[in-house]
Amino acid sequence: MSTPTVTLRPAPTPALGATPAPGAPPAPGATPAGSVTRAAPGAPVAAPPSDVQTLAMAGAINLALRDSLAGDDKVLLMGEDIGPLGGVFRVTDGLHAEFGDRRVVDTPLAESGIVGTAIGLALCGYRPVCEIQFDGFVFPAFDQITTQLAKMHYRSGGRLQVPVVIRIPYGGGIGAVEHHSESPEALFAHTAGLRIVTPSTPQDAYDLLRAAIASPDPVIYLEPKGRYWSKGEVERGASPAAGVLDTAHVVRDGTDVTLVSYGPTVATALQAADTLATEGTSAEVVDLRSLSPLDLPAVIASVRRTGRCVVVHEAPTAHGVGAEVVSRVTEEAFHSLEAPVLRVGGFHTPYPVAKLEHSYLPSVDRVLDAVDRSLAY
Amino acid sequence: MTEGCAGEEGLIQLLDKDGVRVSTPENEAYRDQAAGVDGEDLRAMYRAMLLTRRFDDEATSLQRQGELALFAQARGQEAAQVGSAFALAPQDYVFPSYREHGVLEVRGVDPVDRLRLFRGVDHGGWDPAEHNAHLYTLVLGSQVLHATGYAMGIQRDGLVGTGDPARDRAVVVYFGDGTTSQGDVHEAMVFAAVNNAPQVFFLQNNQWAISEPTSRQTRVPLADRGLGYGIPSVRVDGNDVLACYAATLDALERAHSGGGPTLVEAFTYRMGAHTTSDDPTRYREAAEEEHWARRDPIDRLAALLRAEGEWDQEWAAALDAESDALGERLRTEVRLLGAPPAGSMFEHVYATEHATVAEERAWMAEYEQFEEANP
Repeated sequence: MSTPTVTLRPAPTPALGATPAPGAPPAPGATPAGSVTRAAPGAPVAAPPSDVQTLAMAGAINLALRDSLAGDDKVLLMGEDIGPLGGVFRVTDGLHAEFGDRRVVDTPLAESGIVGTAIGLALCGYRPVCEIQFDGFVFPAFDQITTQLAKMHYRSGGRLQVPVVIRIPYGGGIGAVEHHSESPEALFAHTAGLRIVTPSTPQDAYDLLRAAIASPDPVIYLEPKGRYWSKGEVERGASPAAGVLDTAHVVRDGTDVTLVSYGPTVATALQAADTLATEGTSAEVVDLRSLSPLDLPAVIASVRRTGRCVVVHEAPTAHGVGAEVVSRVTEEAFHSLEAPVLRVGGFHTPYPVAKLEHSYLPSVDRVLDAVDRSLAY
Repeated sequence: MTEGCAGEEGLIQLLDKDGVRVSTPENEAYRDQAAGVDGEDLRAMYRAMLLTRRFDDEATSLQRQGELALFAQARGQEAAQVGSAFALAPQDYVFPSYREHGVLEVRGVDPVDRLRLFRGVDHGGWDPAEHNAHLYTLVLGSQVLHATGYAMGIQRDGLVGTGDPARDRAVVVYFGDGTTSQGDVHEAMVFAAVNNAPQVFFLQNNQWAISEPTSRQTRVPLADRGLGYGIPSVRVDGNDVLACYAATLDALERAHSGGGPTLVEAFTYRMGAHTTSDDPTRYREAAEEEHWARRDPIDRLAALLRAEGEWDQEWAAALDAESDALGERLRTEVRLLGAPPAGSMFEHVYATEHATVAEERAWMAEYEQFEEANP
């Protein structure tokens, strides 16, 4: 574990790589709350209320942190370099100046220490929000997360709550060195006791983080770092919206195939859907948003409409979240399926060197290839 | 290879191995801390130590009879545990590992509840808030970081250095010599030191980490490690209940007043096996066990009580009867702790509903109903 050198700290410019070019369509269904929402294509855009602003995802996360700190004295942030520096991605920019040392805590460089002490703070009545600097550096804390944090409520018979949020920038496509581009979500999703969410838009980043901080359960909040600088409208909530943690969104309606994705690959799926539309294929895109629990009713309802399904994520497909989606779709929607459910994702290799990552990451072309195979079945 | 780890030399002692009070320039500050301990207090400590020993013996028998899956004795460590626990203010919070039966005796955790985990009917067993005593932690060193975090919470609550002894709070965390090798202990000391956290690191060095002697963990006395973090540290005779009490009280006063963390190494001996699954005859000598049997902490306190005219025959007889009643109660009530219903495994996985758990719980209920209807 090491602090990345300056060269690893991305400048606040659009990320390179698998994310779509600026101007790619924002997720239209990004309403803040409620059950599965469906945004009809071409629906008239409502006039934005006064408290709507255009923010990059990093700014939306910053705003959610600020609103949570302001709204509850028990909320505090902990992490490496999150104080005066504002974090290596500047996500906590300005919060130290506004809320001070006691609430925006620059910790020693020890991830197990960050999560372990966060658990103790939670036992003492606080709501710590931990920042892990990069995905690949979460593993020193893996023991505390899986053996302690995930089990505390259970082993105490419900007497002890540990409302800890762990923010982890994850995913690749930014040309980084080893340990800075990984997608470890399946390792956490396999652990009972944790909730896992990941936004794909600034609005979802805001809503999901506020809900995660308000939740009595521990939440792993995965931030698609390749999307940090993509912009969208964000409507601030006076209080965290209820019921947003466990819900998927249908972000594009379609009739021929369902593309299931989350975090960084929602943009990839939407781009693929654009291309498919020009070829006469209507793809529906589901943004899972929550990986534990999975909003299976939303996915299955979509597959029942389309009869075909392709799951897209950056993480290795073997033993992954997509494998769980495939399994459940096959169990629940078998008679609706016109083709086997396919996966597009990373390979069973360590995350490769940056010069090869675009061959590793699920590109629009690889999604189109999978859709072709599904349609041809 | 043991010379670097110190041993019995240089320990702060208030009672020698025969229970005679020791007066040296080195222990003067600790004598002052223990000055308020009167005969009644000593008898209360003795009672807690004796009941802890009885608890150990009964639990070990229950395990041998197949009534417990496993048990880890505190045998030999009663002075370290009871002495340190007597120094706690009611509002202080303790994090045990899994062997601190003496600490939990003093904190008033019901002895039957302490065996729920070992019986296999609960992963916890009591309400931590009711006793200001956290649950047992089985992963080595995890609780040391939790304690540091809790202490950081106390700081934020403004309950350090208020000058009001009924309000100032601190945390005492218990861990052993083997656990000092865990990274979490290192990280906890780093976090506690830089945050000046109101925390006492109470290290019971019982000289054995299952089969590994302390020389497999360290080349220096473990208390010396504290100095590297800037944490004041002291080595005390862990079989001397007064020294353990005084050193913990001293550390707690520092924590309460805003002076930050302290490391107390209580040098003691694990008189029993690591757990009921262990066999110490494979790795240590009978002569060593005999050496330490002559340093039994309970005998030492009994000798002091007798020498100072505080041993009351009637009191001792009543205590024996209380101990027998405890044994009887454990033998009866532990056997009555039945398996919880299968559906309870789905309870409290989350504090709020989780679709996967809800679905699997419903499946299990339906499956069980079917099994019942179709035996």
